Amino acid sequence: MSVAKPLPHDAAALHVAGTARYVDDLPVPADCLHLAFGLAEIAAGRITAIDLAPVRAAPGVVAVLEADDLKRPADCSPSAHDEPLLAGHTVQYLGQPVFLVIATSHLAARKAARLAKIDYQARDAILTIDDALDKDSRFENGPIIWEKGDAGEAVDSAPHVVEGRMEIGGQEHFYLEGQAALALPQEGGDMLVHSSTQHPTEIQHKVAHALGVPMHAVRVETRRMGGGFGGKESQGNALAIACALAAELTGRPAKMRYDRDDDMMITGKRHDFRIEYRAGFDDDGRLGGVEFVHYVRCGWAQDLSLPVADRAMLHADNAYLLPNARIESHRLKTNTQSATAFRGFGGPQGMVGIERVMDHIAHELGLDPLEVRRRNFYRPGNGSDARAARPAAEPPAPSASPVSDAIDLTSRGAPPELDQSPAPAAPSGTQTTPYGMPVEDFELHEMVAALTESADYSARRAAVRAWNAENPILKRGIALTPVKFGISFTLTHLNQAGALVHVYQDGSIHMNHGGTEMGQGLFQKVAQVAADRFGVSPERVKITATDTGKVPNTSATAASSGSDLNGMAVKAACDTIRDRMAQVLAAKHQTDASAVRFDEDEVHVGGASYSFEEVAQLAYESRVSLSATGYYRTPKLQWNRIEGAGRPFFYFAYGAAVTEVVIDTLTGENRILRTDILHDCGASLNPALDIGQIEGGYVQGAGWLTTEELVWDEAGRLRTHAPSTYKIPACSDRPEVFNVALWDGRNREDTIYRSKAVGEPPFMLGISALMALSDAVSACGEAYPALDAPATAERVLEAVMRVRT
Amino acid sequence: MDITFLLNGETVDLKDISSTRTLLDWLREERGLKGTKEGCNEGDCGACSVMVTDEQGARAVNACILFMPQLHGKAVRTVEGLSGPGGEAHPVQTAMIREHGSQCGFCTPGFVVSMAAAHASGNRAHDDALSGNLCRCTGYAPIIRAAEAVADMPVPVWLNAELPEVGPQAALPETAGALAEWYLANPDGVLVGGATDVGLWVTKGLRDLGPVAFLHRCRDLQQIERERDVLRIGAGVTMDRVQALMAEDYPSFAEMIRRFGSVQVRNAATLGGNIANGSPIGDSPPALIALGAELHLRRGDARRTLPIEAFFLDYGKQDRAPGEFVEAVSIPLGQDALRCYKISKRFDQDISAVCGCFNLTLDGGRIASSRIAFGGMAGIPKRAAAVEAALIGQPLTEDGIAPALDAFDKDFTPMSDMRASAAYRLETARNLLRRYVHDLSGAPVSVREVRP
Repeated sequence: MSVAKPLPHDAAALHVAGTARYVDDLPVPADCLHLAFGLAEIAAGRITAIDLAPVRAAPGVVAVLEADDLKRPADCSPSAHDEPLLAGHTVQYLGQPVFLVIATSHLAARKAARLAKIDYQARDAILTIDDALDKDSRFENGPIIWEKGDAGEAVDSAPHVVEGRMEIGGQEHFYLEGQAALALPQEGGDMLVHSSTQHPTEIQHKVAHALGVPMHAVRVETRRMGGGFGGKESQGNALAIACALAAELTGRPAKMRYDRDDDMMITGKRHDFRIEYRAGFDDDGRLGGVEFVHYVRCGWAQDLSLPVADRAMLHADNAYLLPNARIESHRLKTNTQSATAFRGFGGPQGMVGIERVMDHIAHELGLDPLEVRRRNFYRPGNGSDARAARPAAEPPAPSASPVSDAIDLTSRGAPPELDQSPAPAAPSGTQTTPYGMPVEDFELHEMVAALTESADYSARRAAVRAWNAENPILKRGIALTPVKFGISFTLTHLNQAGALVHVYQDGSIHMNHGGTEMGQGLFQKVAQVAADRFGVSPERVKITATDTGKVPNTSATAASSGSDLNGMAVKAACDTIRDRMAQVLAAKHQTDASAVRFDEDEVHVGGASYSFEEVAQLAYESRVSLSATGYYRTPKLQWNRIEGAGRPFFYFAYGAAVTEVVIDTLTGENRILRTDILHDCGASLNPALDIGQIEGGYVQGAGWLTTEELVWDEAGRLRTHAPSTYKIPACSDRPEVFNVALWDGRNREDTIYRSKAVGEPPFMLGISALMALSDAVSACGEAYPALDAPATAERVLEAVMRVRT
Repeated sequence: MDITFLLNGETVDLKDISSTRTLLDWLREERGLKGTKEGCNEGDCGACSVMVTDEQGARAVNACILFMPQLHGKAVRTVEGLSGPGGEAHPVQTAMIREHGSQCGFCTPGFVVSMAAAHASGNRAHDDALSGNLCRCTGYAPIIRAAEAVADMPVPVWLNAELPEVGPQAALPETAGALAEWYLANPDGVLVGGATDVGLWVTKGLRDLGPVAFLHRCRDLQQIERERDVLRIGAGVTMDRVQALMAEDYPSFAEMIRRFGSVQVRNAATLGGNIANGSPIGDSPPALIALGAELHLRRGDARRTLPIEAFFLDYGKQDRAPGEFVEAVSIPLGQDALRCYKISKRFDQDISAVCGCFNLTLDGGRIASSRIAFGGMAGIPKRAAAVEAALIGQPLTEDGIAPALDAFDKDFTPMSDMRASAAYRLETARNLLRRYVHDLSGAPVSVREVRP
């Protein structure tokens, strides 16, 4: 049984030897060209004159392209066709590609790209949330509003009310491998593209569109990425298109990789949010109603912003039963990088909002925030909901999306399905989310009880208070926050996957599926599934690069869905072949196929045993196909995003974390001391890989909320565009004591071996660090800390000074 | 320039190599050694870490900002050269697999090299040894588990390297005298110590540097001379050696240097370079000013000495004539009240928003002398003259320093940038003086020293 074993990452031995290949490591033909973009130097306005002669004259330059030089419009958008590859006359953000340099080396292309002379006529740029609100600059016509009950009345009539406003910064992905693509021209105008992408089908579609060829003329291959985190769901489009166009133009291979500064100046990041809230509650801290307004800074192009903002709304409840709720979401268009997918996809921002409310309520009542959180939890299991909601107000009419032949159906930015039948009402008596989905599997009561015990939460909270009484300058803080994260693409049709499996006559197995490997260990998990289906050791299964020529029409490896979807598809393909092999043996032994057993690289039937190789050979000689596709679609989903009603998720993944911090009240410097995590991966496919996702997700989430600060200046120039100025956690920033455990359970839904998705949910465990900092600041005075994120030393010091006055 | 070095145990002779060709580009583009990765191209992520051996031993450095001539006379080992002659894995490689230390794998070769270098030198301060390697996937926990797992294992014998014999060249001078001569002849030339700053002029600024001289062969610039009450440190001494040197005499300065750049950066960067580049946010000048250090400059055979604070005239402008270079720094010993405080967004490997260094002496319970200097508060590393004056005669207490807190406005008008706002810089500068009072009284003042 290979499933559930803590096997190392499939490429670990190659990683440590330096022999794992990334796009820039692939051997290329000697005549390969290298590309670089010339970037706009203003945030908004027009290009009045452009002189590229010095660029063309630079050493090594083969060609230089402007928007007008393109034979067809080249669009990079995964949604609204609003992202031209090159700016043309209109500049929409500082860092937007204006022209493309094609040169004989990477360095030559970079050097030449700086030699252009461009005259601009600048206009006032819309940079901030306030700018966008002033100018009514937004995507979708007005705000999206979802309601459950009458939140306004519930708040007004509650015994206590808190209200506030919170700024939540964005986040740079900082995948260690920057964006990269390589296009190799083929005969007859076909194109082979190697791309560091989470979404090969998207790359295929965009390249085909840019070349004016059918999708069958473009093949995209992705063996691995050096990190993705959502930043390679749509942001690789521009490089792949540029390479394909350069290859088409010159007939030579073309490669492009962004220098780190270019990568950070050009590509989108996590959306920053402002969240305003108003919450009404009783003397025990139980919520009667809550109102949220989300202001989402989306940047210059739509990209995936609508579903990101949706997912923030979908996680405005996190783990709490909101009897009455109103969530209003403004998707604002600004002259900055187009914010994009990033681990959690809006969920983290929505979740920070309600955790802030819980923290604020506890402060108001002088209660332990954990107690307030527990009192507001969904009830255990499917908890019957006595506080049934009133029907939602009349939903706004959906805005019609233009249907075009270039619609990118496999993108999360695609318009929703045309056939959106109204969502069925939840059975009466069940507890539901603000969007009407029953919560049937709520595990956090038990998980939090176990975690408070293992982390010794109560005694440590008391010890923190005692320590703070004795230390005037340094203060400690502790907090426990939960995570409930919805698993599935909210664009329902994306919840499908395909696989292709071959068994060769020597008994070796070739496995392929639509998922991509970005370090999360998907390939190993799925290989373990394949090995288990055939009853063979994992070494027998060859993991192969994701390839649009093998499995078509794939969804992005995103939304934590990789192993859920592709594991099931591979299982289906393996089972098909295994059943055919069983039938061959059953016929030979005149028994039923169900009597054939695959185990430990052998196949047993009757009293006889065969090696797996022998059975493969037998099947081949019996003229039985040893190749099969597999297919899976997630059941039970139904969702209407305009109404905000239905069942967008197959199930929820749960987790909880306790973080203890210390702050310096003189400087605001702060540090995580200890973290204890209990996380639910269902029946884990590979506990070692799952723990890796949890440890890494937590540190990345805590980084988002502490040291990772994006700063734009008044001209709209991103000032933190390299690791010298943008500070992701370093080695010593991880918690000194870091205990991570898996919650032992099986997914109640029928997922692959009853496991649960793990890519994104642990990221939000990092919220406990922010809340622990709030706890530490609150030791300095009476007022509520109202700590914004990221809680840099500067913001912590501001909060300390605020609570003291 | 013609250079000779060892690459993974094999001698490499290169003729007419460009003086600003980086090792990383050369490895990947000309040698096909793709295991060394480019993550940032500015020495901040460590994905390009390689092991370089010279007379000081084997140390990890960043290949992306290492110019090829810096290897002249040295040995370099890349991730491809870590395994044994029979292909046997280095213990850190095995441990990284076993402890699940890689996920996407892109940072992994750099981590493995840094770990192997630390392992070879017996360094068990894993967080420090790996502070220059960024990982975005793992949260570092399994990487540290791997480092701990191999700490007691023997160093593989195959890592030993004998350095090649090489001869002098004009742009690779062997003595300070030869350097002085070259610089007189090339007053517009660029001197490269560790290239941790100049490297970025090339990789990010894409500048053509003109004539370049490399200082690493000048053994006489790497001397450390201890007299009874003065320590004279050659300009070419690398910051890792300065750190070790200060650990005994000025532990607070040493702790600040521990957070200065990363291991890779400190292994390459020189004390002279950190001073001579005149940066307002270099960390060693404020400490040296607070200590009353003196700077020794040389032009041809002419030498002069000046208080280090007098060297920094204005933003980007130093008291240095064309052809003149920093030869050494003299640091007075025995000033036990020195404390150095570095404030940055991240503790390790970050540039200071504010760096404050304090050195007060008391007489009869009153402040008798004061030397206070800050980085990040002005266009140059600057003494806080008004604050110092306001402290004289006061007791070293919160009340005693209160008048001095008001004097910060007179000394400094800091700016706002991506590291901190002006208001935060000023508030924190004041509070660091308050921290100093508590620190000297023995109260806990550092979040870094609080244990879970």
